[in-house]
Amino acid sequence: MKKNNSVVVAMSGGVDSSVAAARLVDEGYQVTGVHLALSKEKTVSGTKGCCTLDDARDARRVADRLGIPFYVWDLSERFQEDVMQNFLDEYAQGRTPNPCMRCNEKIKFQAVLERSIELGFDAVATGHWAKIVNSPQGPLLYRSEDDAKDQSYVLSVLNQEQLAKTMLPLAGSTKPELRKEAQARGLITAFKPDSHDICFIPDGDTAKFLHKHLGNKKGNIVDVETNEVLGEHDGIFEFTIGQRKGLGLTVPREDGAARYVVSTDVATNTVMVGLPSFLRVEVVTGTNLIWCGPILDSPFDCGAQVRAHSDRVPATAFHQDGNLTVEFKEPLQALAAGQTIALYDQDRVICSATVVSTNRS
Amino acid sequence: MAYLDHAATTPMLPEAVAAMTAELVKVGNPSSLHGSGRKARRVVEEARETIAAAVCAKPMDVVFTSGGTEANNLAIKGLFWARKKENPKFKRVLISAIEHHAVLDPVLWLGEHENAEVEILQVSENGILDPQTLRESIAKNPEDVALISVMWANNEVGTIQPIAELSEIANDFKIPFHSDAVQAMAYLPIDLSKVNVTALTITGHKVGGPQGVGALIVKSDINLEPISHGGGQERDVRSGTLDAPAISGFASAVSVLVSQRERRSLRIKGLRDEAIKRIKEVVPEAVVNGDLENRLPGNVHISFPGCEGDALLMLLDAHGVECSTGSACSAGIPQPSHVLLAMGRDERTAKSSLRFSLGHSSTIDDIDELITALPPVVERAKRASTKARITK
Ligand SMILES: Cc1ncc(COP(=O)(O)O)c(C=O)c1O
Repeated sequence: MKKNNSVVVAMSGGVDSSVAAARLVDEGYQVTGVHLALSKEKTVSGTKGCCTLDDARDARRVADRLGIPFYVWDLSERFQEDVMQNFLDEYAQGRTPNPCMRCNEKIKFQAVLERSIELGFDAVATGHWAKIVNSPQGPLLYRSEDDAKDQSYVLSVLNQEQLAKTMLPLAGSTKPELRKEAQARGLITAFKPDSHDICFIPDGDTAKFLHKHLGNKKGNIVDVETNEVLGEHDGIFEFTIGQRKGLGLTVPREDGAARYVVSTDVATNTVMVGLPSFLRVEVVTGTNLIWCGPILDSPFDCGAQVRAHSDRVPATAFHQDGNLTVEFKEPLQALAAGQTIALYDQDRVICSATVVSTNRS
Repeated sequence: MAYLDHAATTPMLPEAVAAMTAELVKVGNPSSLHGSGRKARRVVEEARETIAAAVCAKPMDVVFTSGGTEANNLAIKGLFWARKKENPKFKRVLISAIEHHAVLDPVLWLGEHENAEVEILQVSENGILDPQTLRESIAKNPEDVALISVMWANNEVGTIQPIAELSEIANDFKIPFHSDAVQAMAYLPIDLSKVNVTALTITGHKVGGPQGVGALIVKSDINLEPISHGGGQERDVRSGTLDAPAISGFASAVSVLVSQRERRSLRIKGLRDEAIKRIKEVVPEAVVNGDLENRLPGNVHISFPGCEGDALLMLLDAHGVECSTGSACSAGIPQPSHVLLAMGRDERTAKSSLRFSLGHSSTIDDIDELITALPPVVERAKRASTKARITK
């Protein structure tokens, strides 16, 4: 980006995007603050989501302070379709989606980015924790300096075309530094707690949300080895692979070992439980392969990450026709279809894909 | 910069600023009985006389409020409750489909909480209420109508309603008739001795006075239930210490305005016609909404097919041209205007519209700026919204 280019900063009303906006202003960009209205419902204050009225006000006050224009963009319809409905559909299909990644892919870095470019802006900036480095092979996505805050995983759905028009001004900082900076700048968001929840489930009770929208669907809980029916459930979407607590089983195993959810089957509406050894995953296949940098020849060695803050594990990746297969060098525990797998070369994000199936040992 | 949002609020007239600031530095509660109080009271009473004279009403008819919204609430709820007290059979409330939210929402509230039967009267595609529509609605049962409210002129598309005829019909049935004249006051002659309007709403900041002050003009023999309770300063129907400085500024603006109204309206109308002509020249597909004859002199309301109003607004803002999408916002999210929907436009057309409103400080330079900025902005907005539809 050149100085005095015009940039839209997606301002959630949190400290991260506030500082991102402030830094761009300092660097001489023409900054416009945009708060995304993702829900038409007036969310009550006190909730911890990222799109409440309070948050909109905080974002506006930061924009005031920075002396930049500020608008609210209504993306509630697209969010409803592309993120919330997709979230429900995925769960109904027995998969475990990550709505924040979906929002990055479809809303922030598609709908908002495209709209911004068409309206004459040069780029979109966000307060995500990751780094974009320009190289002869185009822009490359790297992990953040602050590994504890790193969000390169949730950005791994961006291709190079999107990365080329994206700015991440927080690269190179740590969270404590950032809060100090926000305080020194007098931004009212300096001490706002981070939001962790899914913004449209502000109380954090995903099961309740899913029940409300998907209803009750009674089915059996079955022992994966013996096929014995051990209990009933109200909907397979209540369970995550690897879950141990809250199964409501009354018949203990003879050897007293704990049982885990090892898989779910939509067709028969069954939850399978068993020993942790059934959770081991050695190979996964994925679709929706997105390259965050140049396409690498198949196969290649990499580090694989399957959750926002999980460790990377050594793996070998094969790809063909937009499909990905990843073999882990040490088996992983508990991985569900619908999750995103991101592959790294050291600190650089190579690509990502959505898990379709796992082959357990 | 071109400020083209006078319907949202118009700059204070220098006379109003002078009158208001002169009072701001003084002490005195108009309700106090001592010298300082009497001086403040005098300011308020002189303002009351000025404002009453401007609409050919009696000073005692003027009830000062915190603005148009409060005056509308007082008229709607106050009249409804008083009528109901008088006779429980009064339950219907008739309003036009293009009322401002400050009328629409209190009426809907009465429907939800006080068992009012709300009837929303449809308007023509130009946004005008046909007196026959009102007559037919009353005729369903003339005995149960608690009140009627129809705005004098619309804030979005600027249409002027046939208030003389409408209020005459109400009078035939002895039904109280309220009119929100917030937008009309600055530009149209309002003579309450010639029309049968029971209650009239006006506000300071649309006529060159300060924000936060307004009035309901309602004859002192009309029963009104108060909607908030306290010291009873204004005829026991409105409580709260009167804001003497703001009231003084309001009255000063009204008196300047009345003396210059005709000349000023003519000048603004000339600018408006020029603006419409030139907008159509540079954006041929632009469509003017509302009525070309019965229209506020400063109102330019345009649909830009294939564009989103909020994108246009933002891009024009970046060029220093300030206007409005004309519709209400909920938490900053533009909603399709109920006014345009009532005029038969679909949601997309409603969302493609902008309101440019001219006022006393508008000049031909403002129009020039708008016309220079508009074509590239429309092109951009069109591309952005096409793209959004394709990639959806
Ligand atoms: C027609 C109409 N009625 C009422 C109001 C509200 O007046 P106030 O802002 O003084 O409360 C407005 C102003 O937005 C208006 O245009």
